[in-house]
Amino acid sequence: MTESTPPSFFSRIALAFAVLGDAHLALGAARLRGGEALAADVPPREVPAPKIVEVRVEVPVEKVVEKRVEVTTPTAALQLLGLLQREARFVDFVQEDVAGYTDAEIGAAARVVHEGCRKALREHLTLEPVRPEAEGSRITLPPGFDAAAVRVSGNVVGQPPFTGTLAHRGWRAADVRLPQLTDDKAAAVIAQAEVEL
Amino acid sequence: MTVETTGARFSIGIDLGTTHCALSWVDLSASDGDRVVQGVLDVPQLTAPATLEARPLLPSFLYLPHESELSAGDTALPWGAAEGGITGELARTRGAATPIRLVASAKSWLCHPGVDRRAPILPADAPAEVARISPLAASVRYLTHLRDAWEHAHPDAPLAAQHVTVTIPASFDPAARELTAEACQAAGFERLTLLEEPQAALYSWIQASGGGWRKQVQSGDVILVVDVGGGTTDLSLIAVQENAGSLELRRIAVGEHILLGGDNMDLALAYGVARKLAQEGKQLDAWQTRALAHGCRAAKEQLLANENVQSVPVVVPSRGSKLIGGSLRTEVTRAEVQQTLVEGFFPQVAVTDKPQTRARGALTQLGLPYAQDAAVTRHLAAFLARQAGALDQATFARPTAILFNGGVLKAPQIAQRIVQVINGWLAQDGAAPARLLDGAHLDLAVARGAAYHGHIAARGQGVRIRGGTAQSYYVGVESNMPAIPGMEPPISALCLAPFGMEEGSEVALDAQEFGLVVGEPVRLRFFGSSVRRNDTVGTLLDFWGPEELVELQEIEAQLPAEGRTPGEVVPVTLHARVTDIGTLELDAVPVGGSERWKVEFDVRAPAASE
Repeated sequence: MTESTPPSFFSRIALAFAVLGDAHLALGAARLRGGEALAADVPPREVPAPKIVEVRVEVPVEKVVEKRVEVTTPTAALQLLGLLQREARFVDFVQEDVAGYTDAEIGAAARVVHEGCRKALREHLTLEPVRPEAEGSRITLPPGFDAAAVRVSGNVVGQPPFTGTLAHRGWRAADVRLPQLTDDKAAAVIAQAEVEL
Repeated sequence: MTVETTGARFSIGIDLGTTHCALSWVDLSASDGDRVVQGVLDVPQLTAPATLEARPLLPSFLYLPHESELSAGDTALPWGAAEGGITGELARTRGAATPIRLVASAKSWLCHPGVDRRAPILPADAPAEVARISPLAASVRYLTHLRDAWEHAHPDAPLAAQHVTVTIPASFDPAARELTAEACQAAGFERLTLLEEPQAALYSWIQASGGGWRKQVQSGDVILVVDVGGGTTDLSLIAVQENAGSLELRRIAVGEHILLGGDNMDLALAYGVARKLAQEGKQLDAWQTRALAHGCRAAKEQLLANENVQSVPVVVPSRGSKLIGGSLRTEVTRAEVQQTLVEGFFPQVAVTDKPQTRARGALTQLGLPYAQDAAVTRHLAAFLARQAGALDQATFARPTAILFNGGVLKAPQIAQRIVQVINGWLAQDGAAPARLLDGAHLDLAVARGAAYHGHIAARGQGVRIRGGTAQSYYVGVESNMPAIPGMEPPISALCLAPFGMEEGSEVALDAQEFGLVVGEPVRLRFFGSSVRRNDTVGTLLDFWGPEELVELQEIEAQLPAEGRTPGEVVPVTLHARVTDIGTLELDAVPVGGSERWKVEFDVRAPAASE
């Protein structure tokens, strides 16, 4: 839709009839008059990629406690991305268009990524399940359970204790051991370009 | 022998390895008897540009970057900027891609008598514009990094005030031991002891047993320590004896220096797989070959750890950013690992087998003297056969127990193969099979054992391994035979220091006077023997078997001209002393005088004719 040239007089009459005959369109027009933006006009929102979760992991615990909305520096996130690239070629893998490759080819590369990611996670994070019970088992959440660590779903009514089936054990970073940076700017380079002389 | 402990809060053990270094500590004030408070220092090091991580192992690599390669911020360490190159993990990974700027295996160069070890010769194939450094200086760099890391973590306990035990291969000759001590002193270690690595491994085992070792070995046992590290293989025999009701350990024999280790094995496997890929028409460049070696190492560990795995896929990632499109996939099979590693490096051989040698080409002399026979078991057979006399046994020295050390022996199949081969030899001799002593941590045992050794030395309690000098030493003298024209005058070997001289002891060779010309260096031929254990000072050998005496680098004595007339001939005798550090020291003492002049082991090599 072009906003620079308004529709001609006859087009506007045609539009008025169209609004008369189409309740859905009428609703849209009413909303527009009320000042709401069209979906296409809304600037694209940042899709919350999984790395946002990693950012939260990096934030030192005391900061989270003092303020819920924390503007994090991207350094730690970039650093983790750099480690995943160095150990596992993670960025190469995700940035490549997989459409033209067979599952066997993707699988071969995935071995590099999988093995390297495991190594990077093992070295730099201590991951543990949020709940130690086996998935599929029935568990009871007491009143005052940690809602940040356990998400309830389905028939959520009444008051805890809640009893339900553990669908996913969850993961928690018990410890984060990121390398120290002697130069913060270095983290922005996730992988150096390589030039063989 | 007393070890000064005033002010020392810690006993520090340092494993100065060919491929990795490690530092372990014992808190002396908190430890008592078998209860030992011990830790391993996580060493901060660069793992990528501007990225610091603390890891228990410091790779023994030094990278000399081009001035445009890394900024000052990229190479900063917690204790200040790294000067003149990078040590540790970043050096290893950078250097893999730019080997002309990488110093590796400095320790092997330090014990290479064919080169001047104080001269800037490394990296051996660096172009002219790279400022090379000496094997000695490289060793100082690794030790300094460990010192700085320690002092960063313990600012109130400077290393110079602690008791430091640094480990060396049992096979190090007097010159290499002295150079190691010199490197340690240059790094500021003031209270220093050198300890042989197989002994350190045994100390670590003793400590890990928590006093239970006395039940696991008994008087009459002979423990064979097999230490296969990243770059070298080291062998020792340690006897368990009883003295006044308590058990005593005595190191009775050490093997030769064998430049053969886990890195050779990983490369052998990678080259085998690269050949397989080449047959499929896939040629690998140098970068891919290294990536393949990395993948093969991981595959090898899986295959050797689990007998049910028949093959492990290995992917050689592309160098470019197209990971999926550019990667090569292959696999390493159980049969390949069995053939290349187990049969290639640990074949079933007879105890009478000798390592195969071939004449070296003159051009190979500039490099390291790598073992020519890759079969560790053949080196082992030769060692035990040569040391039969150490135990008064006829065919070979028969161990009753085996202790393993080194990363290679983490693989159960390789460990089993060695035990199987040794027990095969024992069975043929009608002897009982040797049992395997449960090892401690194979990567860190040497550093931990060294720290523990310093602890018991400081306390004067706990069992100590006695041993003294690992060889007897001889000086070459012209023999009393008539000279034959056209032939080199025959030479006799005069024993200067007997086998097993302990720290702090001294002997004098009065039987022979040497005339030293004031102001002029005099060179003497120098020999060592790991088998002639009954010779005493002054024993003169006119003949010896090829296996009996090994010629070492020449030694050099020089009288300074002060107070004397240059050209004057001064008769001197030679004195041998084992220092408290554990190095051998030779001195020239004028007859009737009390002055002493040090006789140098590590003589500058005569200028090589190009």
